[in-house]
Amino acid sequence: MGFLSRFFKPADTGLIHLPAGSFTMDRDGKIMTSTLPQSFPSEHLRAIGDQVLASFRSAKKAQMPLAEIVIQYSALKLLARELRGGAIVFLSPQSLNQKLNPKLKKSP
Amino acid sequence: MPAQPKILLLDDDQDFLDLYREMLSQHLPSMPEVRAANSGGRALSLLESEQFNILIVDLNLPKMDGLQVVTIARRKYPQLRLVVLTGIRDEQFRTRAYALGVDQYWIKPETDQEMGLFMESIDSLINREAQAGFRGVQSKSLVDIIQLECLSQSSCMLKIINGATEGKIYIQSGEVIDAEVPGVNGEPAFQRILSWKTGSFETLPADLTRVRTIFSSYQGLLLNSAQAIDEAASLDQVATAENGAAPAGAPAVGNVASMLTEVSQMEGVEFVLALGVEKNRSQNFWGLENPKPMVEFTRQTLDNFRALGERLQVGELQQITGTGPQRKVAVAPCGNSELCIGFPPALSAEQMRDSFKNILTKWAS
Repeated sequence: MGFLSRFFKPADTGLIHLPAGSFTMDRDGKIMTSTLPQSFPSEHLRAIGDQVLASFRSAKKAQMPLAEIVIQYSALKLLARELRGGAIVFLSPQSLNQKLNPKLKKSP
Repeated sequence: MPAQPKILLLDDDQDFLDLYREMLSQHLPSMPEVRAANSGGRALSLLESEQFNILIVDLNLPKMDGLQVVTIARRKYPQLRLVVLTGIRDEQFRTRAYALGVDQYWIKPETDQEMGLFMESIDSLINREAQAGFRGVQSKSLVDIIQLECLSQSSCMLKIINGATEGKIYIQSGEVIDAEVPGVNGEPAFQRILSWKTGSFETLPADLTRVRTIFSSYQGLLLNSAQAIDEAASLDQVATAENGAAPAGAPAVGNVASMLTEVSQMEGVEFVLALGVEKNRSQNFWGLENPKPMVEFTRQTLDNFRALGERLQVGELQQITGTGPQRKVAVAPCGNSELCIGFPPALSAEQMRDSFKNILTKWAS
């Protein structure tokens, strides 16, 4: 994948498609595994990971350790589970159709 | 706003700019002045120096993409109408564009009919701007809007959004027949909606199957609601004067104190923390011995994830929920406050979501 991507670079545009998938990181914020496409910038992954880890730590500091955090935006849902100081984070882009008709989510 | 409407077109394709500039300036009845920009930076500097009614923006742009331009334009120029006109047929970008506050999302027209529809929609945006002069209810109160709808004998549904809460008022042939906020219907829901001081509204087609639950005339209804709001406000003032302090030693006053009490009595609530935002940095709490660490957690978490949302261009941060062995917690911005509510760990995720939604509704009211 890495070898091929040297030859087939994505189009020169700043527009980034939000992928659905997950990634894991260790307690230092280093990305360990990812099911997200390589077109999704690694800086974004790190930014998400950093904020997630910071929230777990901040909760711990407030005497309220958390095992899971769900962050709901208008167009994206992030679900993060704590993993021995690190975390696994799931990205689920939200669509207007889902919002207008929540039953769509349940359909196979 | 200038007498002659002004439209700013943003696209990196010069042929497209030339074509649409001609189309819009010569074929729209309002004969708008159309300016063009071929980069996000150029468009933002034009917006800085001149006043425009509408910005029509492509998404696929080099360097600064269309979503970035939309994010900045919506924040800096809330009155500006934003229209996305793009070749990208992708449901996700449409969702994200609407989440960032665009008014319309168009795929670049390919047929005469589509072009006609696009031109009509731009014309209607310009006309709405000229006739109404407000976006949402910034310069008109909700009472004004309801009176206008009722006087014109119209049938419609008013959808009113106040923070995370949504309310609906059903009007049929100039009469208010029903109202709805999460968990409440009829006249109490109408009164609750009317107590909202800010928000945005949308007029939607009437729901003709809606069952009538309100039988008072709209004038009587408005009078009753105004009276109820006045009474509630004066009761709050009396309570504050008598008690002198908020529950649990919090330095709350008026509404916040009574809201804290009300929320704390809701099933499953273990603690409540309400933080003022911007200039008002007040901290009101119930059920916390030492609120400082929780204040830090709430502020830091909301600030961090708001910044992350802006970076990812995914729209407004709606809420954050956390689950731990000792307790569950829900955090959300709500009007001029930031709320953090603690729940017992045994509560199911669905129960917590429902309870938190009710709390947000009450708080927004």
